[in-house]
Amino acid sequence: MSLDPITQVSGRAVFVPGADIDTDRIIPARFMKCVTFDGLGEFAFYDVRFDEHGNPTQHPLNDPRFAGASILLAGVNFGCGSSREHAPQSLRKYGFNGVIAESFAEIFFGNSTTLAMPCVAAAAADLAALRAEVEQDADTTVTIDVAALRVRSSGGLDFPVSMPDSAREALVSGRCDPIRELLDNEPAIAAKAAELYAVR
Amino acid sequence: MGKSLFQKVWDSHRIGTLTDGRTQLFIGTHLIHEVTSPQAFGMLRDLGLTVKYPQRTFATVDHIVPTVDQDAPQDPLAAAMMEALRKNVDDFGITYFDLASGRQGIVHVVGPEQGITQPGTTIACGDSHTATHGAFGAIAFGIGTTQVRDVLATQTLALEALKVRRIEVSGALPPGVYAKDVILHIIRLLGAKGGIGYAYEYAGEVFDRMSMEERMTVCNMSIEGGARCGYVNPDAKTVAYLSGRPYVDMGDFEATAARWLAYASDPDAVYDDIVRIDAAGIEPTVTWGISPDHGIAVSEPIPDPAAAATQGERETIEEALAYMKLPAGTPIKGVKIDVAFIGSCTNGRISDFREVAKFLRGHKVAPGVTALAVPGSQIVAIQCEQEGLPEIFREAGFEWRAAGCSMCLAMNPDKLVGDQLCASSSNRNFKGRQGSPTGRTVLMSPVMVAAAAIRGSIADAREVFSLGQTPSAT
Ligand code: SF4
Repeated sequence: MSLDPITQVSGRAVFVPGADIDTDRIIPARFMKCVTFDGLGEFAFYDVRFDEHGNPTQHPLNDPRFAGASILLAGVNFGCGSSREHAPQSLRKYGFNGVIAESFAEIFFGNSTTLAMPCVAAAAADLAALRAEVEQDADTTVTIDVAALRVRSSGGLDFPVSMPDSAREALVSGRCDPIRELLDNEPAIAAKAAELYAVR
Repeated sequence: MGKSLFQKVWDSHRIGTLTDGRTQLFIGTHLIHEVTSPQAFGMLRDLGLTVKYPQRTFATVDHIVPTVDQDAPQDPLAAAMMEALRKNVDDFGITYFDLASGRQGIVHVVGPEQGITQPGTTIACGDSHTATHGAFGAIAFGIGTTQVRDVLATQTLALEALKVRRIEVSGALPPGVYAKDVILHIIRLLGAKGGIGYAYEYAGEVFDRMSMEERMTVCNMSIEGGARCGYVNPDAKTVAYLSGRPYVDMGDFEATAARWLAYASDPDAVYDDIVRIDAAGIEPTVTWGISPDHGIAVSEPIPDPAAAATQGERETIEEALAYMKLPAGTPIKGVKIDVAFIGSCTNGRISDFREVAKFLRGHKVAPGVTALAVPGSQIVAIQCEQEGLPEIFREAGFEWRAAGCSMCLAMNPDKLVGDQLCASSSNRNFKGRQGSPTGRTVLMSPVMVAAAAIRGSIADAREVFSLGQTPSAT
């Protein structure tokens, strides 16, 4: 319901490798047995962060250098698979405020925008340079400038990123969550409901 | 200039343009299940809102239902989810096909068989396989939980318009090639992200000839190809399938049918893209990796990273093969399986069980293979019983289960163990999808699953069941 404009988000970053990271990877289905989203944060990427005995793996999210990172860097088609909002919810609750990837799956992208977590797409080469910088110096601060559609780093990188106009507009105006506006159009909705056939 | 079905449905359901430029779209029918709805009802209550058009929402329970004994004591988390759904439908007056209704099942099986899914409408559900309903010429979206709240509160969604890609498959499918092979082939060709930004219109002789069930199998996996929705234009088969279903108004049915058919794409409709595929080139298709576009014909070898065109492709193949524990460059045929699963919203319909039963007689599941047959709904289960299908499956060594999502995902007791490899008629082969973080999934048609179960390894159903010609040696 945030009405706070999201013009930019900043923080330390961590790169999670792999193309087509699906929502089952982000939040395995067995952790979706819940009736609220509270507590999903600790299960983000669970099956790649822990082995079958529950011991931490070599995953970047377990690397102490990247503890507290709030910007997620990823590859192509990030968030593909199911429509589960549990996925962006778990990332949000884990502590991420923004995602930079080569591309995003649509439903994940929309869900993230609604949660005021900007997802911007970057060119592969720019992303690779940013990754190298972050892995070289984990204290690098990365800023997603949503208003200007650029990403900047404390190490001096500055490159363009993209997101659909509507998402950018929703974020910078603080109208990520469209519910108020949807409700405002009730008279038009009522007219449409009367016009269109309802199953019964 | 003519319009596609997508444009007709979009235009007729449009409320207006929102300040961020998106369209506010009216949702004709809303389907909910236990996994993605409780948080939405929570948000609704937090905002002091109510369900605006409760008669347009239908609920069922599918993901968490045990399939051995549906009513058996459940784990407490699953029970809490069921209770939450019960309370929410009671509080807001929503129709609920619960376990006692005789009509429970996977949401994408229940909608069509009840006649709730109708042409020319918009359908939304907090589940990405909502695209299934497009088989009827509906525009059906999978949505997130906050959007479930939006539909409950306003019966509308804020959506970005989609482009339309027409995928024409012409000619005739060779024997032993099924709807599942067609969609796995399409995803292989266009990629798991090829459909991003698009609605897929499936057209051409192959889809014209398909039954409604087969069309559902294809539309179901639109999302695996990256498309938010997929559809087939309504025709006489659509009308015949819906006629007499519980939620179809049979008063002046002719007018209703005419209204439905008028939504079909105009012959001179304009598309953003057109892809043409020759059916004769489609073989029984299986996946070898961890993304639905990792598909090959069953006669082909497993890809070799050494032969990859790019560095990225090589890394993708290496990662997939390391997870799948499959040797590069060797035939996929003959890879040992541990589990065989026939079911899910992709292939858990009556026609799937009928088709497999035709071939199962006289065969036995290989020793050491666990084989599950799970009807997609209680009605499918009853139909199967009336036709004597469970005996055929049991006789062959399958376990015959009660309706639910079962081993498609890890939210009920049906799960892979360790690195078991499952020949599966479901839709996703992601890492860990079937419940074990190291479990392996190979997607294929139900008849191919049956062939794999019998051989104990991935097999060509055309050989196992002597279907038409055997593949030419290429
Ligand atoms: S059968 Fe599988 S894909 Fe279909 S709704 Fe159930 S869990 Fe989702």
